[in-house]
Amino acid sequence: MFNDAVQFVENYPLLVAAIKIVIVFLVLSGVVAYMVLAERKVLAFMQARLGPMRVGPWGLFQPAADGLKLLLKEDIIPAGADKFVFLIAPVISVVAAFTVFAVIPYGPSSALIITDLNVGLLFVVAVSSLGIYGIILGGWASNSHYPLLGSLRSAAQLVSYEIPAGMAIVGVLLVSNSLSLVKIVEAQQSSGLWNFFLQPLGFLIFLIAAVAETNRNPFDLPEAESELTAGFHTEYSGFRFALYFMAEYTSMVLVSALAVVLFWGGWLRPFASVAALDFLNYLPPVSLLMIAGVVFFFARRNPVPAEKWFLVAVAAGSAVLAGVVAVPVVITAVQPIFWFTAKVFALLYAFIWYRATFPRYRYDQLMNVGWRWLIPLALGNLIATACVLWWAGPNPGRLKLFFAMLAANLAVAIVVALLVGWRSPTAAAVEKQTGS
Amino acid sequence: MLAQSVFLILAVVALSSGVMVITRRNPVHSVIWLIVTLFSVGGIFLLQYAQFLFAVQIILYVGGIMVLYLFVIMLIRVETVAKQAPYSRQWAIGLGAVLVLACELMYGVYKGVESFHLGTPSRPPVDMNNTEAVAGVLYNNYMLPVEIASLLLLVAMVGAVLMAKKRFE
Repeated sequence: MFNDAVQFVENYPLLVAAIKIVIVFLVLSGVVAYMVLAERKVLAFMQARLGPMRVGPWGLFQPAADGLKLLLKEDIIPAGADKFVFLIAPVISVVAAFTVFAVIPYGPSSALIITDLNVGLLFVVAVSSLGIYGIILGGWASNSHYPLLGSLRSAAQLVSYEIPAGMAIVGVLLVSNSLSLVKIVEAQQSSGLWNFFLQPLGFLIFLIAAVAETNRNPFDLPEAESELTAGFHTEYSGFRFALYFMAEYTSMVLVSALAVVLFWGGWLRPFASVAALDFLNYLPPVSLLMIAGVVFFFARRNPVPAEKWFLVAVAAGSAVLAGVVAVPVVITAVQPIFWFTAKVFALLYAFIWYRATFPRYRYDQLMNVGWRWLIPLALGNLIATACVLWWAGPNPGRLKLFFAMLAANLAVAIVVALLVGWRSPTAAAVEKQTGS
Repeated sequence: MLAQSVFLILAVVALSSGVMVITRRNPVHSVIWLIVTLFSVGGIFLLQYAQFLFAVQIILYVGGIMVLYLFVIMLIRVETVAKQAPYSRQWAIGLGAVLVLACELMYGVYKGVESFHLGTPSRPPVDMNNTEAVAGVLYNNYMLPVEIASLLLLVAMVGAVLMAKKRFE
């Protein structure tokens, strides 16, 4: 039976790729739908509220209800809108966000990789830069003031923050010596040091730029409610609005997955080379068991009988799944996908956390952060990385490289802070100049 | 056979969207069709195993320059531009250029490929991918010209910023 499967894969490579794409698409849509719920719940808990509670136990069916509502809503096209552009704009956003997932490696085996391009990193940068068209064209085609202002802001913001993000990625490229995302993870495996530890500054720059490029707090000026009602998608309703929503959350998942692949070792287990920590391999079944326990605990306190039995069923299902995963063959098979997903979810949680923590930037502050701080830092990081790699020579020791990179990163941060901080005008001077 | 048909499709899309670029009255529509053109030309690069050129085409032209085009066009009044007739004066010159180009192409087709001295296209070594080959040529063989060109671009950029900058009291 196993040989038959191998034969099938060899005979129909295109069909297998198509099946993988459909699976990734479906899983991703599910993750995106539940990200919306997770965001509402986590934000609510951080603000001492309960969040959605009505649809299903703890609002667990809220994504389905929202999706149905948006599907059935009237699709309004404003009078005077450029109809053709108005209709294709949200589609461009979604397609650009989903396409990049074709090159993300979810594990080491070929079954978990859709395609391994040798210019994978360039492909990622290229395709993800297309998402901006959805925003600009959508804002322009609405023939309305707020969307136009939102999309102008967005164009300036995305173009500005693509530069530091690209330069941070080049730093990773220098360290890992490859443009293929699979090879970048393999380089982190063979060196035993994740890129985060070689490029801490690069990771920070990438993270800030990623938040800005997904239009998330504190960089959500293109859709600032208090100034622009909803920014570029003010005039969109029904399913087209849902497409924009999906695009935003998909690109959040995307930048998290990219950060994991580039800086956090992709599918690798933390401390994979330390034998004393091998018990971490049992985390997949243990975490499933913990989920089952928590769900069961809450099921007992649920007053609605139907919901109670549903939760008990979920708990039992998780427990059974934990049993399946605990089988030795399965436990090694799920290792990569488990760690990859866990890291991506940790970063996604951070995205929600920022939203609950930081107030929105003012427009000039946004431009200041991008051009005066991130771009000089990214440039300095690039030069320092190249110098350290040249100084260390081929095959340097792990610790030597780590400390050299750490020193170089600190030096860059201090020098840039002194240079930029010294030249930055004070708030009073800016007020005097602009007369505001 | 497959490569040839893909090439034909891409070529037809590139040419027809190119025609759309110059016939649209609305500049935003022109930009959208120009993006389609650039995409199909990128596809032709990919067909020639030039992955790096394809990626750069998308990153620079589609992802960068076209966004700036849109940015500028959105700031002008599209309605007034759409009312003005394009090519009010240059159509005769354009037609002349097209005729010359058509003659050249017809001559080339009439003579056949064999009668021209074309260099043989070089292929990168098998163990090296396209990106590494481009990098090797740019930064080993032609390092000085690349640096000079980038310096020129930098000077032009600084000049543009200086000209656009408001003078504060």
